Amino acid sequence: MRKTPLLLTLAWRNLWRHRGRTAAILFALALGVWSMVALAALSRGSLESQLKKSIDNLTGHIQLHAPAYRDDPVIEHRLSPPDAPLTEALAHPSIRAWAGRVRVPAVVASERESAGVVLLGIDPEQERKVSFIGSAITSGRYLEASDEPGLLLGRKLAEQLETELGRRVVLMSQDVNNTVADRGFRVVGIFDGEPQAIETGFVFVGRATAQQMLGMGDALSEIVVRADDRNRLEAPLAALRAAAPTLDTEPWSVVEPLLTLTEKVVNVILIVWYAIVFAAMSFGLVNTLLMAVFERTREFGLFQALGMPPRNILGQVLTESVILLGIALALGNVAAWATVRALKNGLDLSAFAEGFEMFGVSPIIYPALTATDVTAANGLVAVLGLVASLYPAWRAARHVPVEALTRV
Amino acid sequence: MTEHTVILRNVSKVYRQNAVAVQALTDINLEIPRKDFLCLSGPSGSGKSTLLNLIGGLDKPTTGEITVAGERVDQLGKGGLARLRLHKIGFVFQAYNLIPVLTARENVEFVMQLQGRSPAERGAKAREILQEVGLEGLEGRRPGELSGGQQQRVAVARAIVSEPSLVLADEPTANLDSKTAENLMQLLVHMNKEHHVTFIFSTHDRLVMDFSRRLIKLHDGRIVDDEKRGAGAVG
Repeated sequence: MRKTPLLLTLAWRNLWRHRGRTAAILFALALGVWSMVALAALSRGSLESQLKKSIDNLTGHIQLHAPAYRDDPVIEHRLSPPDAPLTEALAHPSIRAWAGRVRVPAVVASERESAGVVLLGIDPEQERKVSFIGSAITSGRYLEASDEPGLLLGRKLAEQLETELGRRVVLMSQDVNNTVADRGFRVVGIFDGEPQAIETGFVFVGRATAQQMLGMGDALSEIVVRADDRNRLEAPLAALRAAAPTLDTEPWSVVEPLLTLTEKVVNVILIVWYAIVFAAMSFGLVNTLLMAVFERTREFGLFQALGMPPRNILGQVLTESVILLGIALALGNVAAWATVRALKNGLDLSAFAEGFEMFGVSPIIYPALTATDVTAANGLVAVLGLVASLYPAWRAARHVPVEALTRV
Repeated sequence: MTEHTVILRNVSKVYRQNAVAVQALTDINLEIPRKDFLCLSGPSGSGKSTLLNLIGGLDKPTTGEITVAGERVDQLGKGGLARLRLHKIGFVFQAYNLIPVLTARENVEFVMQLQGRSPAERGAKAREILQEVGLEGLEGRRPGELSGGQQQRVAVARAIVSEPSLVLADEPTANLDSKTAENLMQLLVHMNKEHHVTFIFSTHDRLVMDFSRRLIKLHDGRIVDDEKRGAGAVG
């Protein structure tokens, strides 16, 4: 400990003996750290926007279904409206809102075209609090009552059906008696959605109207719940499962496994990227330290001749590495933070990635710095950087003084 | 009874170079009393630097016993040798071997810092010794900003400042002009008298031999002459 100031002085001054070389390796290390943190922020931002969009669209945080519904989402697999215990559980303090839906496969037909869709029967006021549809109407109006005869159509689907606001369309589906049920609806609103599959794949009608058309009484296909925090669903899930043990009650991560898979894929991509960048960085770092060690062979011999123990020589080279890594981490993190700030209004990649939306990925990425990603990148560089520096440090410490001193 | 700083008994050193054995020293027996001012001389390859390295614990003998300041150098491990060099032995090298990133004062303080002495003690001793070797006012200069003679004075100050029992000087005047070399030798004689430190030189330089009180001649790794010269021809 008493020798720490000496080792720090020697390490710091030795680093600046070759300013150009030190500046070059600092730049390379900082660039690596920047790329790790910035890519993590962009990936995390893209994933976050994908998750948020999916949850906001129709998924919600928790869904309740009849046991077989998720495997076969047909009218037979329906559930009763919430009873008293479930209604009480739905009033859990961390549940912000919930809505009951009818959700069955259907065919929508205009005078000219028809298309397979998912029919969503919604309570307009409940639904406004759990999904996007309440604020997605761009032409016409939102549904006003559960029993109204109007229908909401996506802009793209309206184009495909060659129909428009105010025109009539026919919905066909299978009712509870396994017979074809159909009914005419007037298009009262056109909505925009992202991804485009939302516009082409769903039509919205009043829930009571749908229940009547399908002969469901007051039964539902699903109950969707919005909680305060998508990452803290344990308590509301437990309350809901306890209140309705026969229902299939699952969080968004189970209902939409693709989202969870995407998150895992992003994590794997980040780890692979970290590994590639770190490998390149460590070669540079070890090479620089080895060059410094070889150049100073006589000096290390002298240190030993003067009585410096080999562990202090090891400590000196490691201190140089710590200083390099510390400065590089600081520079890289500041650069990454500045990049994220500069892109706070989004990085628009639509010119390069027209197909993004098809996969539910927004072409505009809003970077998101998370403490976990920053800690992981910094921890990896700091710890593995030091481990990589052990080799040159060991080389420096193992010189035999008389050989080192006589080396030209 | 005379107190000896260095005792060598039947010391031999064999180097192996590409499976060929080179006998660097053969059966060296030597006793060097405290405060001696001794010079090892001989042609290149005679074994003087090897002998100096063995006494300094920078290398190990193949056979024999070496005792320095009461410690058996040939039996010490790496840590023990480092501790011995740190506390009992000072070195002056032909090529000065100062630490280029440290100033003259920091170079002088280096060994004391390794010894764990306080900053106040280090500073005071370094100032005192640099004044003694005539480098007052140059304490803040780095080696590259000093002449060869000034650098060798810093090296002497560094060797002597921690009050070792023994200073080993390998060709200390080889890179100096004759005037600077003479000044340096007078300084070393002064250090020997004032600080009671034993000095052992290895040299080709006639001047250094003239200053020494004992001259040992080596040839092919053996001592061929051991001449005691009283107060030294010049000193």
